Amino acid sequence: MAMTMTQKILAAAAGLPSVEAGQLIEAELDMVLGNDITSPVAINEFERCGADSVFDKGKIALVLDHFSPNKDIKAAQQCKQTREFANKYDILNFFDVGQMGIEHALLPEKGLVGPGSCVIGADSHTCTYGALGAFSTGVGSTDMAAAMITGKAWFKVPSAIQVVLTGRPTGFVSGKDVILHLIGEIGVDGALYQSLEFCGEGVAALSMDDRFTIANMAIEAGAKNGIFPVDEKTLAYCEGRYQGEVKVFQPDPDAVYERTVTIDLGALKPTVSMPHLPENTRTIGEVADVKIDQSVIGSCTNGRISDMRVAAEILKGKKVAKGVRCIVIPATQEVYLQCVKEGLVEIFIEAGAVFSTPTCGPCLGGYMGILAEGERAVSTTNRNFVGRMGHPESEVVLASPAVAAASAVTGYLTDPAAL
Amino acid sequence: MKAKGTVHKYGDDVNTDVIIPARYLNTSSHQELAAHCMEDIDKDFVKRVQPGDIVVAGKNFGCGSSREHAPIALKAAGVSCVIAPTFARIFYRNSINIGLPILECPDAAQAIEAGHTVTLDFDTGLITDESTGESFQAQPFPPFIQNIVEKGGLLESITK
Repeated sequence: MAMTMTQKILAAAAGLPSVEAGQLIEAELDMVLGNDITSPVAINEFERCGADSVFDKGKIALVLDHFSPNKDIKAAQQCKQTREFANKYDILNFFDVGQMGIEHALLPEKGLVGPGSCVIGADSHTCTYGALGAFSTGVGSTDMAAAMITGKAWFKVPSAIQVVLTGRPTGFVSGKDVILHLIGEIGVDGALYQSLEFCGEGVAALSMDDRFTIANMAIEAGAKNGIFPVDEKTLAYCEGRYQGEVKVFQPDPDAVYERTVTIDLGALKPTVSMPHLPENTRTIGEVADVKIDQSVIGSCTNGRISDMRVAAEILKGKKVAKGVRCIVIPATQEVYLQCVKEGLVEIFIEAGAVFSTPTCGPCLGGYMGILAEGERAVSTTNRNFVGRMGHPESEVVLASPAVAAASAVTGYLTDPAAL
Repeated sequence: MKAKGTVHKYGDDVNTDVIIPARYLNTSSHQELAAHCMEDIDKDFVKRVQPGDIVVAGKNFGCGSSREHAPIALKAAGVSCVIAPTFARIFYRNSINIGLPILECPDAAQAIEAGHTVTLDFDTGLITDESTGESFQAQPFPPFIQNIVEKGGLLESITK
């Protein structure tokens, strides 16, 4: 039976010679992830059912990234509960303030996930690691609790949509524009219960950071996971980071896909998602006179070093427009330090932006950039739902770091090439 | 297992950010979460909702974040079931895991109006709109899922 790349990883994780779409399997997990929002719920469940040990203290990652450094007393209590659990069970991959970064940038950077890994995380953007050729998917806290006890999770084997990438991106077109374009094409439930399997000669033209951004937002099309083939760039990224065994899986040539979507990277333009759904996409040329109050550059989607570099390239020698707050948040301490070394922090501050320590903060309306009634942000984050970044009457426009930086300079949604 | 209640109706793509806004995720208390359920799309929901009430909505219900706080908030607010044509997959999984029954039924989701009284039979998947007399057939849960929902959640089904 011919299998997709995702199906091959799931078959291996379940110890089966082959699997087919719709089959229920139980898979062994290489990593189980939680954060300061979802872990407390999982820990409550873990303790309520009387568990007294974890399956493998090296295969659990707990990252205090959402409302940390603690935004208020309740958040502090949740971080404390997670910290105490991590200490009690000697969780090796526990990341507190000082080491922590946004989980989906941090785990690949620390080499905790790699090609062929089977990963669940109590965070919907866990699908990010598909960029490395891993199967990884978001679950809830109860699944996380059960997985911390057993090291296993059940899955319904997904069918797949094949996304063929051709050509090379030009100008300021980045991974964000690719994934926003795709979501605009297939809709926020276009890949519901399915895998998005990326392939084609265009993959080689995308950096690892681009691939992380694309896989990260697979969930915004409803997908169970998004996955890229493993190539030289993947292996180069893993070199010196990933300690596990690199397991390269390829789809069978005759694997069956529900459908195929082709994207010519060379034809893409900078793309934005207008309120209040990620599928509500426009090219930057199709929007005019959209005023912004805030520009957020960061998040698990776009807080990596290449995102910081392109934002700095655009902001260098310029000023953030009067009346606009520009908030730049590197995703991890490593990215932060690299920004310091490359002089990017100086560029941001001289432009009139703020530069924060890593946190998910503003993306989900937690803190560090909440919107008031009637305000609009352009943001490199991943969701623009009603009230996502603050007041229910505020708006979020999703965009690439290049568009967010250019818009910060003018105060309106702006094509970076027009600056 | 059966349920009966009044319907609260919503559109397509109801996401977890509106079911429970992230500004309230600094707690895992079920009652605190329930107090803010749906407030960004329906300010009065928590005032109107009665134990046993049913949410009927459009496609892709529960899209967005993996926060289990969303089905927890609905269940703790008193909702006995959500009916929609389709559910986002993490929400679907989370709902079953915490013991909130959900039924996929496009015809019922389209036909049943807000304020109607609906009865549900989870053993057979039968949905009856008592206000119009119309019935709809949803796929019933397989026995292992029924067991989880009856026990009140995945971990309850393992430990009790």
